[in-house]
Amino acid sequence: MTSYVQETQEKSGRQKILRYGLSFGLLLVLLTVLFIWNVNSGSVALSVKEIFQIIFLRQGEETAYNIIWQIRLPRILSAVILGGALSVSGFLLQTFFHNPIAGPFVLGISSGAKLIVALCMIYLLGKGIMVNSAVMVIAAFFGSMISMGFVLIVSKKIPQMSMLVICGVMISYICSAVTDFVVTFADDSNIVNLHNWSLGSFSGMTWNNVAVMTVIVTAAVVTVFFMSKPIGAYQLGEVYAQNLGVNIRLFRILLILLSSVLSACVTAFAGPVSFVGIAVPHLVKNLWGTSKPILVIPACFLGGAVFCLFCDLIARTVFAPTELSISSVTAVFGAPVVIMIMIRRKKTA
Amino acid sequence: MAKDFFFYTDEMTVGYDGKPLIKEIKIELNRGEILTLIGPNGAGKSTILKSITRQLKLIGGTVWIDRQKMQQMPGKEIARRQAVVLTERIRPELMTCEDVVATGRYPYTGSLGILGPEDRRKVRAAMETVHALDLADRDFNAVSDGQRQRILLARAICQEPEMIVLDEPTSFLDVKHKLEFLEILRKMVKENQVAVIMSLHELDLAQKISDQVICVKGERIERHGTPEEIFTSEYITSLYDMTTGCYDASFGCVELPAPQGEPEVFVIAGGGSGIPVYRRLARESIPFATGILYENDVDYQAARYLAAEVVSSQAFEPVSAQTYERALNRMRTCRKVICTLDRFGTLNRENEKLRDEAEKMGRLCQ
Repeated sequence: MTSYVQETQEKSGRQKILRYGLSFGLLLVLLTVLFIWNVNSGSVALSVKEIFQIIFLRQGEETAYNIIWQIRLPRILSAVILGGALSVSGFLLQTFFHNPIAGPFVLGISSGAKLIVALCMIYLLGKGIMVNSAVMVIAAFFGSMISMGFVLIVSKKIPQMSMLVICGVMISYICSAVTDFVVTFADDSNIVNLHNWSLGSFSGMTWNNVAVMTVIVTAAVVTVFFMSKPIGAYQLGEVYAQNLGVNIRLFRILLILLSSVLSACVTAFAGPVSFVGIAVPHLVKNLWGTSKPILVIPACFLGGAVFCLFCDLIARTVFAPTELSISSVTAVFGAPVVIMIMIRRKKTA
Repeated sequence: MAKDFFFYTDEMTVGYDGKPLIKEIKIELNRGEILTLIGPNGAGKSTILKSITRQLKLIGGTVWIDRQKMQQMPGKEIARRQAVVLTERIRPELMTCEDVVATGRYPYTGSLGILGPEDRRKVRAAMETVHALDLADRDFNAVSDGQRQRILLARAICQEPEMIVLDEPTSFLDVKHKLEFLEILRKMVKENQVAVIMSLHELDLAQKISDQVICVKGERIERHGTPEEIFTSEYITSLYDMTTGCYDASFGCVELPAPQGEPEVFVIAGGGSGIPVYRRLARESIPFATGILYENDVDYQAARYLAAEVVSSQAFEPVSAQTYERALNRMRTCRKVICTLDRFGTLNRENEKLRDEAEKMGRLCQ
C-alpha cells in the first residue's frame, strides 16, 4: 500500500515537473513569435531578412532602420517589461488581500498614479520644465500610494472582497474624472500627448524610458522573487505565516511598496493598463496548475509580457493606421477572465 | 521552581486593545501533556490561545517556553518550537494537501523555501501519522472537513514543534472524525513528547483526553486541575450556568431536564436494562419513577437525572423491607408498570415481587 502510494506520488511528481517545463516552454515560444511578429508589423512592411539585418548587423535602408530601432524595438521592449511588471504587481495585490480579483487597475491604484502624474506634468510643463522619466515614476509612485492608502483604510473597515473592489472602482472613477478635467482644460500643446497617455498606450517610448523601466522593474521583480518563501507562507493566511516566523508587519509593508512601485512604473510610462494584473496571474496559475510563488512569480512576468505584446499587436494593427488604446484591448481579453474567476469561486464556495 | 515546566505563564493577563479580559492566568505544562481549555462561549478561550501564539499582545505577565521568555524570542526560533491549528477556514488557491503540509517546513528551509529530500521525507511522515498519505495530491479545498483538520495537524507535526496550540480543532467534525482526530493527537503527543494546549467544546472528549483542564469564566481562571477534579456534575453545571438540564459526570454527558410531575409509569430495572426505557420516557415527557436500584447500578446513575423519583438501595446490602414498601407504594400510584428485567438474582427478589404485584394489579405492560 505504502509503496503503491509512493510510486503514484513519484509519478505525479514527474508529471508536475513536466507540466512546469512545458508551460515555461510554451510561453517562451509565444514570446519569441510575438516579438518577431511585432517587429514585422506596422505601416511600413519589411521582410524578415531586412529585419534581421537591421537588428543583428545594424545595417539597412535608413528609414527602415530608424523605424525598427527608434520606434518598434523600444515599444516592444516596453510592452514586455511593463506587461511583466503589471502582472507581478497584480499577483502581489492578490496575495496581500487574499482576493483573486485584486489588481492595480480595479483597486484604483493605476488611476491614482495617473492623476498625480497628469497634475505633475501640467504643472511642470506650464513652468516650461521638461519632465523626465524619473520624475514621472516618482509622481506615479506617490499617486499609487495615495490610492493604496484609501484602499487599505477601507479594507480594514470592510473585510468583504466585493466591497474592496467596488471601493477601488470608485476611487478609479474619481481619479479618472479629475484627470480628464485637468487634461481637457490644459491647453499647452505638449499636453495633447497626455490625452493619449491617460487612456493607456505603449507608443512613443524612447530608449531612455526603456532603460529607466528596466532598472526599476528588474530590481523590484528580483526582490519579489526572493520573497517567494514568505509569500508562500502567507497564502495560508496571516496567522499561519506569523506562526512560521514571518515578520508580518515588514512583509506587508514590502508587499505594498513593491506592488506600488511596479504599477507606478507601468502607469508612468504607459498610462493605466486594465485587467492584465488580474487575468495573467489567474491564467498562469491554471496553466502551471499551482500557486507556488517560486514558479508563479517568474511565470507571471513571462505571461504578462506575452499578454501585453499580443494586445499591443492588436491595438496597433487591427484598425491601422488608427491605434486603439491598450486598455481597450486588454479589457476585451482580460475582463472575461475576471468574470470566469467569479463564477468559478461561486461554484466551489 | 515553577519555571521547570516546559511551558509556563506567569501572571499572564490577556485581552484586546489593552483592555484586560482575563487576569492572572497561570499555565504549567510539561511535554507529553495535553491541557484543555473549557468554558462557556465568549469566555475568552480563544483570547488566551491567541495571546500565547503572539497573535495578541500580552497585557501583563510573562510566557516562558523552555526557560526562555517568549516575548524576547525571535520569530524563527518560536516557529521551531510552537505550531498552531486554527478554527478559521482557509481557502488557499490551487494548493494540494501536500503543499499545505509542506508549509510546515518553512522554519527549516533555505532562503527560497525549496524543500530538500529530508524535508520531503518529513512531510510524508507527518501525513502518514495522520493517515492522510493518499490525500497528498488532492486539492486542499476539495477535501472533507475531517480530512482538512488532519492535514492541518500534519502541517503542524512536520513543523517539528515542541508544543502545538489548537483552537477548537474538532468543532466542524462529525463524531467519527472527532474521535479519529483526537486519537491521532493523543498518540502523537505521547510518542513525540509534544505539549498541547487546546480549547474544546466537547466536554466528554475533554474529560477523556486531557491531562489538565482549565476552566475559563469571568475575569479569572475559575478552576484548574485534573479532569477528575473538574468534571463533577455540580461544577460543570455551574460553570456553564446550565439552567435547563445538567451535566452527568459519571457518563460525561449532558442530560435534558427530567420530566416533572407525578410519576405516571413505574420502571422496574437494573443492570443497565432500564436506560433505553428511561430515555424513551424522558423523550416523550412522561414523568416516571424507577426502582429498586442499587446505588452502584449503572441504571441508578442515569435515573438520577431522568426519573422523577428513584427508589434506591444501598450497594452490597440486601434490600430492606422499608425500601420495598416504598417502591410498592410508589408503584400503586402509577398507571403503568414496565419491567425491563427477565431474570432475578437472590439480592433482587424484591424486584421480582414488585413485578408479580404489578401483574396482579393488571398494570404490567410488556
